[in-house]
Amino acid sequence: MPKLDKRAGDILLWILLLTAPFWMPMIGSYVELGSRVLVYALAAMSLNFLLGYTGVLSFGHAAYFGLGAYGTALTIKYLYPSTPVGMLVGILVGTVAAAVIGPMIARLRGIYFAMCTIAFGQVFYYIAFQWSSVTGGDDGVSAWHRMPINLGFTTIDILQNSHAFYYFVLAVLAVCVGLMAFLLRSPFGRTLLAIRENERRARFLGVPVDWHIWMSWVISCFFVSVAGTLYALLNNFVDPRAMRWDQSGMFVIMAVLGGMRSFWGPLIGAAIFIVFEDYLSSHTQNWESFIGLFFVLIVLFFPRGVLGIIRRKAAS
Amino acid sequence: MTQLVLFNIFNGLIIGAFYALMALGLSLILNLSGVINFAHGGFLAIGGYLAYTLMPYFGFWGALLLAPILTGLVGILVERVLIRRLYGRDPLYSLLLTFGLAFMIEDGTRYIWGAQSLPFSIPNWLSSPLSSEYFFLTGYRVFMVLLVTTAVIGLFLILNFTRLGIRIRAGTLDLETVSVLGVNVRVLRNLNFGLGIYLAGLAGVLAVGMLGLQPTVGDNLIMPSFIAIIVGGLGSLPGTLLGGLLIGVASGVTSVFFPSASEAVIYVMMAMVLIVRPRGLLGEEGRF
Repeated sequence: MPKLDKRAGDILLWILLLTAPFWMPMIGSYVELGSRVLVYALAAMSLNFLLGYTGVLSFGHAAYFGLGAYGTALTIKYLYPSTPVGMLVGILVGTVAAAVIGPMIARLRGIYFAMCTIAFGQVFYYIAFQWSSVTGGDDGVSAWHRMPINLGFTTIDILQNSHAFYYFVLAVLAVCVGLMAFLLRSPFGRTLLAIRENERRARFLGVPVDWHIWMSWVISCFFVSVAGTLYALLNNFVDPRAMRWDQSGMFVIMAVLGGMRSFWGPLIGAAIFIVFEDYLSSHTQNWESFIGLFFVLIVLFFPRGVLGIIRRKAAS
Repeated sequence: MTQLVLFNIFNGLIIGAFYALMALGLSLILNLSGVINFAHGGFLAIGGYLAYTLMPYFGFWGALLLAPILTGLVGILVERVLIRRLYGRDPLYSLLLTFGLAFMIEDGTRYIWGAQSLPFSIPNWLSSPLSSEYFFLTGYRVFMVLLVTTAVIGLFLILNFTRLGIRIRAGTLDLETVSVLGVNVRVLRNLNFGLGIYLAGLAGVLAVGMLGLQPTVGDNLIMPSFIAIIVGGLGSLPGTLLGGLLIGVASGVTSVFFPSASEAVIYVMMAMVLIVRPRGLLGEEGRF
């Protein structure tokens, strides 16, 4: 009864996510950490749309994550103090940048694609770093904060109330995840899977492969820039490190750790990674070494990820 | 003005030679093993720090000779223990592994040698300008150009005229056939990795004489090296060399007119190459 199992798993996951603000403090954690997990989960799931479901490795997603974050931060700080407007601008900036870069890399494959995404990603890092009159350079954009959301009849105070912010992030995540699941079930999504499985065959069947990869890239970057806007709102701050290549590497390791062939894998990977990182950074100075070691160990001993292993056990 | 332009072209050439030296090592490893070595900047730092440690005992020349060799040996060890297990698997995994390695090396050097910048003294006669009119021609810079040139010529001699080099080039084209012909491919890849890391170590020793010594010294050099490979064309070592020199000079010349764009220009060059000629200047058709 694998189908029933899956449904039960989904329900359990949603119950856990919905009740997290209540049980997290009980196990000695805090609500902001939950919001952080959700933000990174969305980023890793967006990356996995491309990596796991189209079979294309991007190592430059942090750039569009960061563009979303900068778009939001700068809009709220200088243009218009509203959370939804800031988010819209951030998403727009990230998606448009990805759409422009897309045609240049959609022809490339494998390791070459990965290299070019890294290099293009760094462009935005340097812009954020160098253009200090606007972006604040290395110091980042501070002295602003997320604004309560005014719905007309009521106001949701996501600024002061960390529970409200958690549920706000969860709602955005739910919408994005729903959209991704819808896209993957559509004929378009099936075509992406076909490209992943056998690009040459898909091409012979008349599928415009480069166009599909470009589309998948833009969609994936769209979702990652949504995650970026949430990241800015979460920290009330953004600096160039949000878009550096090590951030991209974090997204990839989260997807791999959770299991990149499963839909929810990246979320589980993000949860494990963020909690681990949080624990490390408060216990040791040399947390970078441990993160590095963590990468190495996952690659050597755990390449299928948590859900990949569970699925394999279930199958045998 | 002419002097300024000349100065920046010369400076660009030096920087470009650096990029090329690093990119050649990356390219060697990428071509034969299909591994993008993210930790290359880390190995560069190791080279620099080893030179710093060896200098009191062996002097500048001894350090210059020994540090890259030791770095290469570290590379051979790392390949044996870690990288080797990933051949034939999705390139994703080697990327992630070397990425983690980069973290560990950076933190490790910080742990051993400290986070603060260390002084790295080059011999006096090397640091003085050679001519009062062309003040930028310090001995060290000329020396670096000469040394990088020697290293590059040496590399191409090895690749063209020694048994190891010819096997490396053959393996780049068709590893399976080379293996069938009775060459131990595992050893070949191992030595090739060491050679690539040796070049990173050499670049490291030279770099610290100019940029100073800190754990993140490789960070600013690794991205341009990637771009040197992309511009020059994947799979082509002369292309990588050309790419490195080109982006170095381009960023040097740009810094005369638009100092803040000197970093951006190399990315623009990459974008242009990808639009006009996706395989890179000297890259083979259809290799990637």
